[in-house]
Amino acid sequence: MELLAFGDTGWGDELFRATLMTIAVSITAMLIGFSFAAIFTPLKLSKFKSLNLIANIYTTVIRGVPELLVIYLFFFGGSGAIMFVASIFGYNEYIEINAFVTGSFAIGIISGAYSTEVFRGAIQSIDKGQFEAAEVLGFSKFKKFYKIILPQMLRLAIPNLSNVWQITLKDTSLISVTGLVEIMRQSYIAAGSTRDPLFFYSFAAILYLLLTFLSMKLINRLEVKYSRGY
Amino acid sequence: MDFELMINSFPKLIGATVITLKLLSVSLIVGLFIGLLFAILRLNKNVFINRFAYGYSYVFRGTPLLVQIFIIYFGLGQIEYLRSTILWVILKEPYWCAIIAFALNTGAYTSEILRSAFQTIKPGIIEAGKSLGISNKIIFYKIQIPIAIRQSLPAYGNEIILMMKGTSLASTVTLMDLTGVAKYIISTTFKPIEVFIVAGGIYLFMTFIIHNVIKFLEKRYSY
Repeated sequence: MELLAFGDTGWGDELFRATLMTIAVSITAMLIGFSFAAIFTPLKLSKFKSLNLIANIYTTVIRGVPELLVIYLFFFGGSGAIMFVASIFGYNEYIEINAFVTGSFAIGIISGAYSTEVFRGAIQSIDKGQFEAAEVLGFSKFKKFYKIILPQMLRLAIPNLSNVWQITLKDTSLISVTGLVEIMRQSYIAAGSTRDPLFFYSFAAILYLLLTFLSMKLINRLEVKYSRGY
Repeated sequence: MDFELMINSFPKLIGATVITLKLLSVSLIVGLFIGLLFAILRLNKNVFINRFAYGYSYVFRGTPLLVQIFIIYFGLGQIEYLRSTILWVILKEPYWCAIIAFALNTGAYTSEILRSAFQTIKPGIIEAGKSLGISNKIIFYKIQIPIAIRQSLPAYGNEIILMMKGTSLASTVTLMDLTGVAKYIISTTFKPIEVFIVAGGIYLFMTFIIHNVIKFLEKRYSY
């Protein structure tokens, strides 16, 4: 137990900070994923075949390639790509992006592919009559989406989004290969310096279980809230 | 775009794909047995037994695969007693450690898939078997299992694809699978995009094959 003490003697405070980092990366990645989904879901549902194709390539490639490979692409290629864009604007210095940004972006793109599929499924399973009714009543496009489609979509999407959240949370463990100090990386460091990998990796597993358990409780509450009236 | 690198790295990556496929197939076969065993335990009426089976699948589905591999590869080696047993022959090899982790992980997901498949079998079918005087054992093997397999094919197909992506984690315990070799080439040439296209293409091709095989099986076993 003294291994988990807070302060200089134990790893308690380090692991606590690492847990907060895991939560921060997961939430950032999830939000980045939502913004990708906001772009690609309309493309998937569009009438134009070429737009469908773009969105399908995105979701198929990301869901068919290992997460680790995507992370390596961003880890090794991220700063190169940014420097290339910067050089177009005449900036030629070396740019290093930090591990948090690379990591949440890589996981965000993966999470976005899953979210896109969830939102597409949710919108498609809304009764067609709802769209028609909104049109007949003369709602503007904007109002139709925010007042009629979105609330119904959220109710249908939340159970599946909770799966996406779980996947995203577990995927953040892979960012440890880039050196970002989250739960996995911190356990690796602690295991290395105390020569007690069994204890620290088991403790990491418990931390992840705790995070998934608590987030499921929270999401269940949201589910109840959004299915009021049904 | 460095096409020469892409062409040169292709044979190396294909060679590594063999390891990926070995890891995948062995862990899927072992995982299927584990999954079937735990699915049956989950349906047991004894509270302790089905709680135990539920706990197993909850823990393995609630923690990242990376943690599971690290516990087995780095963690178990720490137990002095294990080092003196015959198990150590297996546990000192990263290859077998990875397979144990993958099999236990996919076993947990498979048990959930099979359990829900068993539970959706209509009771009428089992009753029909009983009224025809067929023994419970034969009902289970000849009626319940074939129906459950058909029911769980789409979900199991997804699980195979997820597991194929999961085998990439073997590269974190020094194995040179497809991702491991891809990472090695990237870190020596600093050409991430080219290598990603080739390695990603191979993964996508495998996904495509698995997807279509499952689709074909679904059609064949549909009723």
